[in-house]
Amino acid sequence: MIAAPVRGRRRRRSVVDAIASGAMIAAGLGAMIPLFAILVFILLKGIPALNVALITKNLAPPGAHGGGLKNSIVGSLMLIGLTLLIGLPPAIATGVYLAEYGRGKLGFAIRFLVDVLAGVPSIVIGIFVYSAVVLNMGRLHWLTGSDQKFTAFAGGIALALILLPVVARVTEEMLLLVPQLTRESAYALGVPKWRAIVTIVLPAASGGIMTGVVLATARIAGEAAPLLFTALGNNFYSTDIFRPIDALPLRIFIYATGPFQEQHEQAFAGSFVLVMLVLAMSVGARLALQRRQR
Amino acid sequence: MQPADIPSAPNFKRPTGIFNRFDTRELVFRALVTLAAFTVAAILMLMLFELTRTAWPAISKFGISFLWSTDWNPPKERFGALPFIAGTIVTSLLALVLGTVIGVGAALFLVEFAPPWVRVPVSYVVELLAAIPSVVYGLWGVFVLGPWIQHTAGPYILDYFSWVPFVKGPVLSVGILAAVVILTIMILPTIVAISRDVIAAVPRSQREGILALGATRWEMIRIAVLPYARSGVLGAAILGLARAIGETLAVALVIGNSTNVPDSIFSPAYTMAAVIANQFREVENPMHEASLIYVGLVLLLITLLVNAIARALVWRVTRGQITTVIE
Repeated sequence: MIAAPVRGRRRRRSVVDAIASGAMIAAGLGAMIPLFAILVFILLKGIPALNVALITKNLAPPGAHGGGLKNSIVGSLMLIGLTLLIGLPPAIATGVYLAEYGRGKLGFAIRFLVDVLAGVPSIVIGIFVYSAVVLNMGRLHWLTGSDQKFTAFAGGIALALILLPVVARVTEEMLLLVPQLTRESAYALGVPKWRAIVTIVLPAASGGIMTGVVLATARIAGEAAPLLFTALGNNFYSTDIFRPIDALPLRIFIYATGPFQEQHEQAFAGSFVLVMLVLAMSVGARLALQRRQR
Repeated sequence: MQPADIPSAPNFKRPTGIFNRFDTRELVFRALVTLAAFTVAAILMLMLFELTRTAWPAISKFGISFLWSTDWNPPKERFGALPFIAGTIVTSLLALVLGTVIGVGAALFLVEFAPPWVRVPVSYVVELLAAIPSVVYGLWGVFVLGPWIQHTAGPYILDYFSWVPFVKGPVLSVGILAAVVILTIMILPTIVAISRDVIAAVPRSQREGILALGATRWEMIRIAVLPYARSGVLGAAILGLARAIGETLAVALVIGNSTNVPDSIFSPAYTMAAVIANQFREVENPMHEASLIYVGLVLLLITLLVNAIARALVWRVTRGQITTVIE
């Protein structure tokens, strides 16, 4: 009579297997529910609040009807431009160092610090830039001609610090994908190393680097925490980099906490614009990456 | 590359190859990229220095007891960070547990169960979750999740689970639970993406060996796959934890902004990042500002520690082969 317990055990094993499989399938599909919930929310609430005034008019006074988000959208675009201007050159240079020169212990240490910098909370970046830049803007008065402490410039620096580690590591990884043979062919022709990097290796990796830059830009476009005490936000239209400037995610945060129905609707419309912008960048970059990998 | 960039014939009299140490342009280029790399690395040191400097009034006045004092009273200039530290630890650890269970389950589903036509779109959707801005999660939390917890989930949980410690009313639309749910959703992409890669890296022979011995699929996962992927999955979870600890605006919108130490999963509370976001713009006195920066410094030190541990774990498993998740 061995058969009975064996059959019983086998049955228990298959039941456990079925339960565990069900749980894993539920987890896999369940992980998608939040995305759909959030997307449906943004569509349902955002689309009715959309109108032309959103991009042609500036913020309305609190509680008043009408008005748009023009200054927030323009501010966000300005901040993104500033961030790329400030952040990209050192980020790509760091990537070049890590891939082409920093292969030893020193390179390992720097790579580690860059990765750790990527993990610093964005709010901490915000208070760091507040303390290092915003509080020192007075000393730059002779250069800026502005007596403002909170500036778009400081906001750009804060966002650049978030962009830096991401782009540096992507640049490194993309440069390492360029075959060593390509570099050696260049050396064999008598091209010095720096020139091989600038004219041959970087162009060969430029597609991948661009993808990384777009993904990083999508991320900083949605950041508001580091702007709270740097760019500050501005109820009026401004494109002066040495004055406070508004940003779309910052405005959404301010309006979400406000008491007025009109502000909530603007926050929904702003979220719709922001999410579409970020998803378009993110999906576009991933598609480009897949096409290249194929 | 342009043919014009290649010298037509190497000049052997004055070599310009990599072995020539006296090529000034090579030296300048090398110096520039090295300088950039060192600057990026130095930013971290500068950050620690600057935060310590501006927080110094609070550090010298409250010292280390700042970490366990519960008194946060801006008008009276008395500051203690325990409510925020407790709020951060409670919300991020709960989110870590939920996120790891669901995330590793989802990763196993993607690697071991899903056919390619399911795996590709589901991976894609989960990774897109990472692209949605924090403040939009917060908005959803305020207008959808909060009311749902207050009117549907909260009363249900109270009806059936009030015997569990730390589960008691009143249920508000903001509080620990709302923050935990938001954080869980936000760290899922990190945990799913890394565990998926780590689990997929477990050799096929490992699976086939145990299947040949007659194991069911679950037994294969439990005995052959998970132990092999353990430290990588642990690293993924800790990276998720680091993200949860530093998450700011989404939490600031749903946590309820209470400076009391929470005693229920429905209590309004505060996290370190959220208190900085909400109070820094309206500081009441210089000591208030210094204390908030002190909170930021503590937050920075905690995330540095957690990140270093996570990176070390993930690196050891994958030897740096895994592509960093861009969040």
